[in-house]
Amino acid sequence: MEKYFYLVILFPLIGFLVNGLLGSKMKGTTPGLIGTVAVFIPFLIALGVFFNYGHESQPILQNYFPWINIFDFQANFSILIDPLSLQMTLIITGIGSLIHLYSIGYMHDDEGFARFFSYLNLFIFSMLLLVLGSNLLILFIGWEGVGLCSYLLIGFWYKNEDYGYAARKAFVMNRIGDLGLIAGIVLLWSYFKTIEFQAMAIHAANVDMSDPVIIIATLCLFIGAIGKSAQIPLYTWLPDAMAGPTPVSALIHAATMVTAGIYLLVRAHFLFDLAPSVLNLVSYVGIATSIFAAIIALRQNDIKKVLAYSTVSQLGLMFVALGVGAYTTAMFHVTTHAFFKALLFLGAGSVIHALHGEQDIRNMGGLKNEIKSTYWVFLIGTLAICGIFPLSGMFSKDEILTVLFEKSKGLWALSLFSSLLTAVYMFRLLFLTFFGTYRDDEHKKSKIHESPMVMMAPLWVLAILSVFGGILNLPHLIGGESYGKMAHFLDPIFSHSKLATEHMDAGLEIGLMALVVGLVVIIGFVLYNIYVKKESLPKPDMSLRGVEALVANKFGVDELYDTVISKPVLGISRFFGQKVESAFDGISGFFFVAGFKSIGNSLRKIQNGNVEFYLILMTGSIVVLMILQFLIKI
Amino acid sequence: MQYIFYTLAFFAILCALFVVFEKNPVHSVLYLILTFFSIAGIYVLLNAQFLFIVQLIVYSGAIMVLFLFVLMLLNLNKDTEPQKSVIFKTAGAIAAGSFLLVLVAVLKDTQQSTELSAMTDIGLVKQLGKTLFTKFVVPFEVASILFLAAMVGSVLLGKKELY
Amino acid sequence: MLMQINHIVPIEHIITLSCILFCIGVMGVLLRRNAIIILMCIELMLNAVNILFATFSAYNGNPDGQIFVFFIMVVAAAEVAVGLALLVLIYRNTRSVDVSLLDRLKW
Repeated sequence: MEKYFYLVILFPLIGFLVNGLLGSKMKGTTPGLIGTVAVFIPFLIALGVFFNYGHESQPILQNYFPWINIFDFQANFSILIDPLSLQMTLIITGIGSLIHLYSIGYMHDDEGFARFFSYLNLFIFSMLLLVLGSNLLILFIGWEGVGLCSYLLIGFWYKNEDYGYAARKAFVMNRIGDLGLIAGIVLLWSYFKTIEFQAMAIHAANVDMSDPVIIIATLCLFIGAIGKSAQIPLYTWLPDAMAGPTPVSALIHAATMVTAGIYLLVRAHFLFDLAPSVLNLVSYVGIATSIFAAIIALRQNDIKKVLAYSTVSQLGLMFVALGVGAYTTAMFHVTTHAFFKALLFLGAGSVIHALHGEQDIRNMGGLKNEIKSTYWVFLIGTLAICGIFPLSGMFSKDEILTVLFEKSKGLWALSLFSSLLTAVYMFRLLFLTFFGTYRDDEHKKSKIHESPMVMMAPLWVLAILSVFGGILNLPHLIGGESYGKMAHFLDPIFSHSKLATEHMDAGLEIGLMALVVGLVVIIGFVLYNIYVKKESLPKPDMSLRGVEALVANKFGVDELYDTVISKPVLGISRFFGQKVESAFDGISGFFFVAGFKSIGNSLRKIQNGNVEFYLILMTGSIVVLMILQFLIKI
Repeated sequence: MQYIFYTLAFFAILCALFVVFEKNPVHSVLYLILTFFSIAGIYVLLNAQFLFIVQLIVYSGAIMVLFLFVLMLLNLNKDTEPQKSVIFKTAGAIAAGSFLLVLVAVLKDTQQSTELSAMTDIGLVKQLGKTLFTKFVVPFEVASILFLAAMVGSVLLGKKELY
Repeated sequence: MLMQINHIVPIEHIITLSCILFCIGVMGVLLRRNAIIILMCIELMLNAVNILFATFSAYNGNPDGQIFVFFIMVVAAAEVAVGLALLVLIYRNTRSVDVSLLDRLKW
């Protein structure tokens, strides 16, 4: 099975080429089917490899061809199959194929149907390259490819100028992170003289703690991760990225792309273990992002924006877990988050589809009875993300909280606050959307319709995964294996890790869980009272005052960046463009331009288009060349 | 023996000059055929009997007849070709002359292989055929593709309704 | 008629003959304006090279040179076919085979 693993990467690429080159000529849903199959087959292959991969199996390095080989720099085009990349591959292809299937229904009457699927396949291809690459350079190809695809997909409806702007914003923000990643790669290469993960891990074992080069390199990698995984200060692109079609949001901005940063940190954990100060920074950035985004989410009225900020917040939590060295826990949350966030986004897509493009939750309400199926899956997603027992989100989030409780009480308290905020904005979203009465025109209500089967099927699969996803890594005290299945599976990767988490008192663990679940349930009831019983509504944008207005305006971070960074840079550019350049033009124009112009004027007469003249010139030059060679030989 | 060679060489050069300086294109073609005949004679002296035959059939026969056909077809058998300006003519002659000088100067130093072969039958069909179909079989097959392409190309170009 | 030419004619003389023929070809290309003559002169140059190949083949006792002559003839035949077809096309458009009229390479 491992022999055919290259097909995992190849199939999405073929799908991209077929859809991209021939898609416009195909009829009906053919491009969608091709795209879905091109992702589903890799999923099956990865599944086969996964079941063959025992705990004792060695990581498989598959070397396809030497790529760059200059002096002592060597980069092969090779992939590394180990538990970590295998798990990521399963998430990407599994959730990816569900989202592809869903998109067939969601995008069915869009004129760019084939284009959409070719982009999606290209995205899956890049993401697979990112997680499977055995060295930093292959990872970097995938990293850039993912950035490109997010640009293409966010700006998919390119005729809308705002969407194009959002796409550009995502691209530019990602570039800032990419610069960090490039610097990190170069630094690591100059230090280790290799960019292969396995070789670096072996070398890293002999490196001192807090080696300055390692600290700077990990810092650079972390900047890359900040860009891709939308952390403070580079998070603003993610909420704006909701401009793309909803399946794109689910695929790129919830399930896969944003986890690239997490993946990078986990993959390079042997370096981060050597730099405790950077790990601390990771935690602080993570917790700050988590709370900050959660607060913003409280005041958003666009169904997708709420989910977007919740993604940023959850990613922050994962970074906190990474920061304290709980890599497995972070990966577990990545997995469950992929399940329920994809579910929520696709569910939101189903709501939008049902309401023919309406995204403002103030114009919804009472949809529980209109679109029952969507309501149920959305409810499951909400409960899962809030962490209600026994859904998947509860296990992963509680694992993070438990680890934090053990490492640092302060971080634990802040994370708990953040996850309670999660419950608040998610219940608010749920109640405002599905409960109460419909708040828009009656004649629009009559047009509401449930989404087709092709969209609901993936939703139900994701719902089941969201419910039972916790089984993947059951804690010991609820009948799990000694310390979690997934932890056991991922364990070989972290054998070098010096920050293994030991286990705590079972009673305390249960107590913590009960505390969180209890608080979430209380929040749920309070909000039910506010939004359903009293039917209070978010105020119109204009009437907001003070802090509320600030929060609704996302703390004005976009405006802040605009005034602090964009405007000065633009001003400087304008100054150089208009004043300095023209000054140089004046000086150089005087000396050089005139000179070159006259030379050019005289030389261009040679280019007269006359064949005979060219022939004579040619013969003459051959003669001159031969004479030169003749002379040089002597 | 060597007189045959020098006679043929002299004849070839003379006819080649006539090719260039003859006004009437048809005469030029005929002189070129004579040049090719002399070259074919030199091939015989060089023990390249197969090349001798091919030279006669392909060059003097097929290719030159093609030239004649085109000339007749386009009705160009009059000496109405406009002359080039004197500058172009002198420039061309000087360029060609210096080219000759340089060529001869360069090739004069050719090192002759010390090992003089006694093999005199390498130019026979049997020998050449063996080499052609063993060592050079791939280029030989590729050449057929080239011919096919040339054939298709010239038919396409020659079609009336190209545009 | 099998004989050893390398005993009677020095190789330099054959090389010189080949060079002279080649340069006559070059001269023809440069001096004439009739495209058909130019094509013929190119054939002449090819033949000059062929003589060189055949000579070295005979003087070294290696048949490879003659094979090359054979391939050059193949290419020459193809080239003439396509070249003449192009000429006919040019003639159809300009009513002439004068290369001086083809001065639009600039664009």
